[in-house]
Amino acid sequence: MLTLYFALALFLLLNLVAGMWRVLRGPTAADRMLAAQLFGTTSVAVLLVLAQATDQAALRDVALVFALLAAVTAVAFVRRAWSDRETNHDAE
Amino acid sequence: MTPSDLLSTVLLIAGAIFFLAGTLGLLRFPDIYTRLHALTKADNVGLGLVVAGFALQAESLAAVGKLLLIWVFVLLAGASVAHLVAAAAQHRGIKLWKR
Repeated sequence: MLTLYFALALFLLLNLVAGMWRVLRGPTAADRMLAAQLFGTTSVAVLLVLAQATDQAALRDVALVFALLAAVTAVAFVRRAWSDRETNHDAE
Repeated sequence: MTPSDLLSTVLLIAGAIFFLAGTLGLLRFPDIYTRLHALTKADNVGLGLVVAGFALQAESLAAVGKLLLIWVFVLLAGASVAHLVAAAAQHRGIKLWKR
């Protein structure tokens, strides 16, 4: 079971690394933000796997905080960073 | 290996496959709307399956409740992010992808 857990954690981390490609490519700021969303969901899963594998229940609380922050970051991005047309951060 | 261990393993591997699908969608799909579609749905199902897999192994009912709470928060985040980003993208005039 332990081997499966660590293999799963490694696989999810590789997903995160693949998501980095989208951060580099863009093309819009929102695409980069979507990669951040991927990191949020996947890191929650990684933390749950590690909590089970290393028998540290505290990591589940970390996952809970990550899940809450994922919503806040994206809402802040849409409302503050991406709402005005003038400041065009997009490489289009 | 007990039956619950076996079921948990199957759920965890199925969850990993959904995460892979979400990542592939983020990398391969052509525009922001299709990427939103891949990411916010496939990843949330993947996390749901992982949560279900660990809920079978949980030591207490409180631990199961916490796992479910985490999933519910991620679901809420995913749904609101998909809606807000798609609405903002349309407001900025980003065109829908056409073949």
